[in-house]
Amino acid sequence: MRHAFWLVVTFDAELAEIALRSLRVTLTALVIACLIALPLAALLAVRRFRWRRATIALLNALMGLPPVVVGLIVYIFLSRSGPFGALGLLFTPTAMIVAQVIIIVPLIASIAHQSLRELWAEYHDLLISMNVTQMQKMRTLIWDARRALLTAALAGFGRGIGEVGAIMIVGGNIDNATRVLTTAIALETGKGEFALALALGFVLIALALGVNLAIHWIGQTERDSRW
Amino acid sequence: MKQTLLLALLTLFASGMAHAADQMRMAVTTSFHNSGLADVLLPQIANDLDLEVQLLVVGTGQALKLGEAGDVDAILVHSRAAEEAFVEGGYGTHRREIMYNDFVFVGPANDPAIIGGAGAAEDVLQRIAEAEAVFVSRGDDSGTHKKELSLWAEAGLDADTFDGWYNAVGAGMGAALNTASGLNAYVLSDRASWLNFGNKGDLVLLFAGDPVLFNQYAYLPVNPARHDHVKSDLAAKLERWLTSAPAQALIVGYTIEGETLFVFNAE
Repeated sequence: MRHAFWLVVTFDAELAEIALRSLRVTLTALVIACLIALPLAALLAVRRFRWRRATIALLNALMGLPPVVVGLIVYIFLSRSGPFGALGLLFTPTAMIVAQVIIIVPLIASIAHQSLRELWAEYHDLLISMNVTQMQKMRTLIWDARRALLTAALAGFGRGIGEVGAIMIVGGNIDNATRVLTTAIALETGKGEFALALALGFVLIALALGVNLAIHWIGQTERDSRW
Repeated sequence: MKQTLLLALLTLFASGMAHAADQMRMAVTTSFHNSGLADVLLPQIANDLDLEVQLLVVGTGQALKLGEAGDVDAILVHSRAAEEAFVEGGYGTHRREIMYNDFVFVGPANDPAIIGGAGAAEDVLQRIAEAEAVFVSRGDDSGTHKKELSLWAEAGLDADTFDGWYNAVGAGMGAALNTASGLNAYVLSDRASWLNFGNKGDLVLLFAGDPVLFNQYAYLPVNPARHDHVKSDLAAKLERWLTSAPAQALIVGYTIEGETLFVFNAE
């Protein structure tokens, strides 16, 4: 335990690189996932179409998607013998981002839809009477629910940054290329180097905390009278 | 603000990356990687050849699969029968022996099955089976696992019929050693992984030295006729280096706790 603590304090360059790669992969996946999930959630809130209920149920179910299965499917698609093999993306950070996007989109969309639906119940009459377009309705909803959506995004970040099953398969845990904190922890545990694995775990937790605090601070969630 | 933060991170990341002129991917076994020899060889390869070798650390079974699919440029594994099938199937151009180390039997210090006094590897296994002492098997189709199964077969025993005391964990060498340490069980390990392992607990090395326990590593370049994106020129360059005198000096000179691990035998 004390050894682990010292390893964190003497934060070396390699550790920094691994931590930054974790952050880079998950933040990129988060941005892409939000660009897909938030409009989807808004669309599901404002528009009534035939498969709406089924889509919502499916998204909710996919929240529990096992990462290791996602990893395996992405792996098969990106392998040189797979349909997208020519792109040569397997064992690159891009492959890891693809897998994480698939894992966190249903989570973000489900949570976002929940809060947008409640807001839509409040706004429904007003927006209908103003006769605005579908697009304007969605934009209004997303903007006015931004704090709740932030929570959805943070939940997605949390699932992504701590994920190991999928990125281990599609990234391959290559030193200096696709090794991130979670796969490094798995590796060091395998070597019986528990102190180092624990130190990496502390860094991972600190990173998750740091990002959450930073986003809250930027979003000014707790400012003034707005609780 | 957020953008600035992200940008700063991206710049930091980009600047931290290693820059070698060429890159290739090689699948290696967990036992090779756990030995720590890669940490000695790779910097020298980067230095001599200006080549960054990206290692995918997997079991022999998966390494061969990666080669078959063309997802790596070369493989370095240790399971002769499977390697020969790989070359015969046209997935690899040839098989080049590089070096060998050996497997050892590790178990609890009080040695309930008394394998310390055994004469040969098959005797060790017979004693363990007779005592029904707790045993941990890799169970992941790796080279070490295949070796263990062949040893059971040589001892006239069938691993499928064992119950209770035989634990197939389906994991890498390190994870299997961790499990053995937790269960205080017997386990077959390559010597390098054992010496480098950090969580030995009550386990000690009990039996080694039988020639059937020798563990030959071979280098197999993936066949470019099957996958035209494979970097066969780099794979050939690496093969020349691995079989050269400087590589031999590094491999033979590599020791853990004063013990030499590998014997260089490339021709």
